[in-house]
Amino acid sequence: MIIAERKSFDEIYNFACRHKNVLILGCGSCVTVCMAGGEKEVGILASQITLAARQKGDTIQLIEHTITRQCDPEFFDEETSKKIEQADAVISIACGVGVQCCVERFPSKIVYPGLNTSFYGATLEQGVWAERCAGCGQCVLESFGGLCPVARCSKSLLNGPCGGSVGGKCEIDPENLDCAWQLIYDRMERLGRLEDLEKIQPIKDWSGSRDGGPRKIVREDIRL
Amino acid sequence: MNESKTKSGSNLEKVLTSDNFAVTAEIGPPMDCNAEVVLEKARALKGFADAFNITDNQTGVVRMSSIASAVLIMREGLEPIIQMTCRDRNRLAIQADILGAAGLGMKNSLCIAGDHQSFGTAGKLKGHPGAKNVYDIDSIQLVSILKGMRDDGVQQGGDPLKENPPLFIGAAWTPLGDPVKIRPFRLKKKIIAGADFIQTQGVFDVEQFSEQMKIISDMGLHERTAILAGIIVPKSLGMLRYMNSSVPGVSVPDSMIKRMEQARSSAGDDKKQASKNQAEEGIKITVELIKQVQEIPGIRGVHIQAIEWEHRVPGIIEKAGLLPRPLIS
Repeated sequence: MIIAERKSFDEIYNFACRHKNVLILGCGSCVTVCMAGGEKEVGILASQITLAARQKGDTIQLIEHTITRQCDPEFFDEETSKKIEQADAVISIACGVGVQCCVERFPSKIVYPGLNTSFYGATLEQGVWAERCAGCGQCVLESFGGLCPVARCSKSLLNGPCGGSVGGKCEIDPENLDCAWQLIYDRMERLGRLEDLEKIQPIKDWSGSRDGGPRKIVREDIRL
Repeated sequence: MNESKTKSGSNLEKVLTSDNFAVTAEIGPPMDCNAEVVLEKARALKGFADAFNITDNQTGVVRMSSIASAVLIMREGLEPIIQMTCRDRNRLAIQADILGAAGLGMKNSLCIAGDHQSFGTAGKLKGHPGAKNVYDIDSIQLVSILKGMRDDGVQQGGDPLKENPPLFIGAAWTPLGDPVKIRPFRLKKKIIAGADFIQTQGVFDVEQFSEQMKIISDMGLHERTAILAGIIVPKSLGMLRYMNSSVPGVSVPDSMIKRMEQARSSAGDDKKQASKNQAEEGIKITVELIKQVQEIPGIRGVHIQAIEWEHRVPGIIEKAGLLPRPLIS
């Protein structure tokens, strides 16, 4: 899923205080799971803004609303559209995709981002998420036993660890960061596939990644 | 030695192919545009090594570029080994710089991934931890690109070169880095990709290093590339302890640390003398290390890194009995 973190309250309040009527729009998908932008977080943010506005003497009318997915136009239903139209501005606490879908759907409306979208990741435990995919457009997981060096090695090295692997940790943050290549080595050893790591991985074609420009997929077989 | 028989015509290549024990040394460029710093180091080191590595934004700190500094040392008559990291350049920039370097007469290039940009913040420096790193390719792929340009006359994308850059291609090797079992295979990959010479991470633990050398010798790898053992000159007890605890792939034997402790404590409260004693002990240790690695089968030379201490290198090389350096026409 997409992992995001809420922006600092000051940054968000700086958006909110420019308007009289503000809609805080949550998203019921990834950012609900990673506890950054769901219905609960909409409520918390609204309370915080209300409290701060009272203290600062600002008048901000807040409306709270959450839809299933902001990255899909079909969830912007009539009720949602009405609320967006009525507000002076929207603070979307969806990921960056959701914010932009909202902008595209309501071109005359000011839509502020309430989150910093971080990465494609997994939940490791409650409150801990970690990056697992870089969305490079050409999946190499099979070559590495199901562990991605593009996303998980600090240098995205495809041909083995740099000199900075110590006791299973990456030198750039030995407290918190596993060396992806230690994990890959251990996994390949377990699978009896160490000889695969002796193959030189060819130079990667990054044109399927962001380097090919903004990406778009068109599936003619399912278009209406 | 007939130059047409060599890959690059570089002095380093000639020294190695004529079965001499090679000596390379590192020159660190300044953090500003003062050419005199490079020139001074070059003058001090001339004649004491066969070729000189010029680091490329080492430890993620912005410094005068490797190729520009290499031009300066060539003016003083030294042969450079330009260092090329994958951190700062994509394949276009790397190839452009390599062609430029070859056009300027540079014949050796060391291909490395490069220290992560977050390392630039070490000590008192601010560095550029917010920089976007590139890593379009890795160091092994970089070696293969250089080999493709030299031997096949093609750019990585497939476009032909009318003139191939004559390069002696180098790579780095951390023999004792984790996971240690992968290290021989990683060396093998570098050789298959086209590494003509290897400069290793600094060796302090000769015993452990010898064990890795035995493994790669059994694989026959020492015959397919020229391995130069990395020698980092320890200036003080603090540096030795830091190397041991904080530099990945480096382990310093306790006995060596104890020697340095003794060197320091023998001066009592006299700090100046303590520092002098440690420096002298560091030089002694360095000379001993050079002599010890020379005895290891498969070691074809040494690569001496005296970080911001380059002026001590001539004395070290002399004491190690590696002078005069061979002159090969």
